[in-house]
Amino acid sequence: MSVATTHDHHHDHHGPPRGWQRWVYSTNHKDIGTMYLFFALFMLFFGGAMAMYIRAELFMPGVQLASPDFYNNMVTDHALVMVFGMVMPAAAGMANWMIPMMIGAPDMALPRLNNLSFWLLPAAAILLMLSIVAPYIFPDGGTPVNTGWTLLPPLSVQNGIGMDFTIFAIHTLGVSSILASINIVTTILNMRAPGMTMMKMPLFVWAWFFTALLLIAVMPVLAGAVTMLLFDRHFGTSFFDAAGGGDPILFQHLFWFFGHPEVYVLLLPSIGVLGLVIPTFARKPLFGYKALVYGMGILAALGMVVWAHHQYTIGMSLVATNYFMIGTILISIPVGLMLMNFIFTMWRGSMTFETPMLFGIAIILMFSFAGVTGVMLAVVPADMQYHDTMFVVAHFHYALIPGAVFGLYAGVFYWLPKWTGHMYNERLGQIFFWWTTISFNLTFFPQHFSGLAGMPRRIVDYSIQYTEFNMISSIGGFLFGLSHLLFLFIIIQTIRGGAKAPAKPWEGSQIGTPGLEWTLPSPPPFHSFTEAPVIK
Amino acid sequence: MLPRRDKCLSALFITGVTCLFSSMAHAAYEYNLTPPASTLTQEIFDLHMLTTIVGTIIMALVTGMIIYALINFRHAKGAVPDQEFHNGWFGRWAWVLVPVIVLSIDLTIASSASSTLSSVESHDKADVTVKVIGSQWKWTYEYMDDDIKIVSNLKKLEPTDPLYLRDVDDPLVLPTGKRVRFLLTSSDVLHNWGIAEIVPKKINIPGYINETWTNITKEGTYRGQCYENCGTGHAFMPAVVRAVSPTEYEQWKVTRKAQQAQAAAEASADKVWAKAELMAKGEAVYTKNCLACHQANGQGLPGVFPALAGSKIANNSAALAEHIAIVVKGKAGTAMAAWGPQLNDLDIAAVVTYERNAWGNTAGELVQPKDIKAAR
Repeated sequence: MSVATTHDHHHDHHGPPRGWQRWVYSTNHKDIGTMYLFFALFMLFFGGAMAMYIRAELFMPGVQLASPDFYNNMVTDHALVMVFGMVMPAAAGMANWMIPMMIGAPDMALPRLNNLSFWLLPAAAILLMLSIVAPYIFPDGGTPVNTGWTLLPPLSVQNGIGMDFTIFAIHTLGVSSILASINIVTTILNMRAPGMTMMKMPLFVWAWFFTALLLIAVMPVLAGAVTMLLFDRHFGTSFFDAAGGGDPILFQHLFWFFGHPEVYVLLLPSIGVLGLVIPTFARKPLFGYKALVYGMGILAALGMVVWAHHQYTIGMSLVATNYFMIGTILISIPVGLMLMNFIFTMWRGSMTFETPMLFGIAIILMFSFAGVTGVMLAVVPADMQYHDTMFVVAHFHYALIPGAVFGLYAGVFYWLPKWTGHMYNERLGQIFFWWTTISFNLTFFPQHFSGLAGMPRRIVDYSIQYTEFNMISSIGGFLFGLSHLLFLFIIIQTIRGGAKAPAKPWEGSQIGTPGLEWTLPSPPPFHSFTEAPVIK
Repeated sequence: MLPRRDKCLSALFITGVTCLFSSMAHAAYEYNLTPPASTLTQEIFDLHMLTTIVGTIIMALVTGMIIYALINFRHAKGAVPDQEFHNGWFGRWAWVLVPVIVLSIDLTIASSASSTLSSVESHDKADVTVKVIGSQWKWTYEYMDDDIKIVSNLKKLEPTDPLYLRDVDDPLVLPTGKRVRFLLTSSDVLHNWGIAEIVPKKINIPGYINETWTNITKEGTYRGQCYENCGTGHAFMPAVVRAVSPTEYEQWKVTRKAQQAQAAAEASADKVWAKAELMAKGEAVYTKNCLACHQANGQGLPGVFPALAGSKIANNSAALAEHIAIVVKGKAGTAMAAWGPQLNDLDIAAVVTYERNAWGNTAGELVQPKDIKAAR
C-alpha cells in the first residue's frame, strides 16, 4: 500500500501517456476499465445481431434464412458472446473503474496483469469469430459448432474445425477471467485505505469479491472439460464416449459444475450495483447490509453445489435427484432475502426516478419473476416436462437480462457522469428504459407460454401451433434490439459533451454506502488518490 | 415529469390488456402445460399448478409492495426518508423472518414434489416394455416382449399444414390402461424423447439406458418431439404415440407381425431382383433413411454431408465393395451411421443400387440381397 502510494507520487508530473501507447500498454485501472466497457459494448451488438437473426428465422414456421446448422451455430455463439464477451467484460470493466476508487486504492494491485487480462479478450473474440467462419472457408471444415453453448458431446465430437477454435477461445477467455479475478481479490484484500474494513466496503465491492472467488473456483473446471473434449476429438481418448469406456454425462457434470456458478458470476456484480443505486435514489441507507453480504456468500456457496439441476433428465438416483432439488429450492432463501432488502430499502424512503433507479425497480420486479419460474424449474418432476423447452429460455432470459444486463445498464447510467464528467440526457435515458423494458417483456413473456405448450428450444423450425407467440416474440425482439442504438447514442453524446457533472452527481449518493468515489472530481484524475484517504 | 410517466404507464397497461384479449379471441394460443393423459403426468400437472399458483401469489405480493412504495415514498410527494428504519425492531428481525417464511413455502413445495418424484422413479412390473432408440434423425421403437420394430420418420408436410413437423410415417402404438415401461437409448448423439401428455422426459444417451414409464388413461394420438439438441435435423424429429384400447392393441400386434414376417421372407429369399424393382424400393429406402443428410438430389450439404451424385465411391465401378461397406458398417468419425443392424439385406441392396444409378451416376451395378449377406 505505502509502496504504491510513494510510487504514484514519484510519477505525478508525467501525466497520462499519449496516443495508442496509452491504451495498448496501459496499466491504469480506469483506462483498462474503459477498454473493457467498449469491448463489451462491441460484443453486445455482435451478439445482439445474432439474436436478431434468430428471431427473424423464428418469425414464422419454415426454414427461411439459412441452414439449420448455421442457425444452431448462431444460437451457440449468441450465448458464448453474450456471457463471455458482453456481461463478464462489462462487469469487469466496472470493477476496474470503481473498485480501486471505492476502497481508496491508487490502482489495481497487479496493474500489468490487468493489462494482460484485458488484451486476452480481443484475442479470444477473434478465435470465436474464426470458429463461425472456419467451417465455411476450410475445404473439409465439417459441421459448424451446432451444439448450443453447453457443447455437449457426442455432438461436439462430430463437429468440424470450428469446435477447435471455440475450445481455444474458451481457454483464452478462461485465462483472462482467472487473471482478472486474482487481481480483484488481491486488490480488495490488500489495497483498502486505512480504516476501510471489509464490513465497510460498498456492496458492489463485496459482490465482486464473491464473483471473483467463484470464477477462480470454477473456470479451471470448464478449461479441463473442454480440454478433455479436445483430446476426444483429436487424440483418440474416450473420456465422453461410452464405446471406449467413457461417459457422455461426465461432460455435463463438469460443464454445469462451472455453468451454474457462472450464473451467479453474471448476476452478483449487478446485485452489487443495485446495492448502490437503490439507497442513492431512495435517499436512505441500505436495509440489511450485513444480511446482503452474508446472503451473497451463501448464494455463492449454494450455487457451487446444485449444478445437476440442469440435468434432471439424465437419470440420476432418487437420492441424488432429491438432494439437487431441495438444494436448488433453498437458493430462493438468499435470493428472497436480497429482494426483500432492496424493497425495504425503498420502504419509507424518498424516491426519485432517474434512469438508474427505474432500471433498479424493474430489476427487482422482473428478477423476482425469474426466481418464481426458477422454483418451478427446480421441482424435478415438473422440470421433466419443462426441460429444454422455450420455458427454460424465457426463465433464464428473465434472470439474465434484468438480473445481469439491466444491472449493468443501471451501473452505466449511475456512473456515466463520474466516468465522463458529463451528465447524460435524462429524457433519452428514460425513453431508453421504457423502450427496453417493454420490448424485453414483449419478447420473452410469450416464450413461457410456447414453452409450456411444448416448443423445444434450439430448433430452427417449429410447427404452426406456436406461430402467434413466436411472432409477438420476434417483434418484441426487434424492438429490443433497436433500442440499443439509442443506448449507443446516449453514451456517445455523453462522452462528447453535456452538462458538467459535479463530483457528487446524485443527491443521495454516499447514503449508507461508504464509497470514496464521490470524493473525487468527475471525471477523476488519471491517478485517483495521490494520498491514501482515511476512513473514520 | 409526472404526466409523461403516467402516459407511459397507461401505454404499458393498454399493451398488456390488448395482448390478453387477443389471446382470448384466438384459440391457437396454448399457454399452459399440455393437458395430461396418463396417471403419472396428471400427478406432475397438479404439481405444476401448485407451484404456478404459489408463484403467482408471491409475485402479486412483491408487485403490490413495490407499487405501494412507489406511490407513497416518492420525493415528489415530499416523503421524508426514515434514516433509522433499518435500526428498528423490523430491521433487526426481518433477516430471520423472511428466510423462515420462504423456507416454509419451499418445504411445502419440496415435500409434494418429492412424493411425485418417487412415483416417477418407481420400477413396478410393466405390462409392455418398449425400447426407444434415438438416432439422427428418427426414432426406432422395439417392443421387447414381441418381435416388433417400428422406425418413425418425419412425415414431410407443407408449413401451412396443422400437423407440420408434428406427424410421422409410422407412429408407436400403445395400449391404454396398461403400465408401459420405456427404455431410452441412442445410437449416436444425445436425444430426448418427449411427449408431455404421457411421459416425464429422460434423455437418450448413447451407450446407456434410461427408464421412464406411463399408464395412458385416454385413447388418442399424442405428439411430441426431440428435446435435446442433436444437430442439423433436431427440429425435424417428431415423436408420435397412438394410444388404443387393449383389444385393438392385440389385433394390431397380430397384423403387424404378419406384415413383418412377409417382408423378412421376401428379403431373405434368394430371388434375383430386376433393376426397376430395386430402383423403386431403393428410392423409398433412401427417402426414409438417407434424405435428411444427403438430400433429395444426392448433392448432400457441402462441407457437412458429402454428395452422392458424381461421388468417388457411388459413381465408380471399382468402389462397389467400399460403397457397400460404408452403408453396412457406417463411417467412423462422421455422422454416417451403420445401417447393417437397422435395415435388411434387400433394403440395403436396393438403396445401394439406387445410389449408383440415380442423379446421373453411371456405375450401373445391380446389387442383390445375397451380396449384402456376404458383405456383413
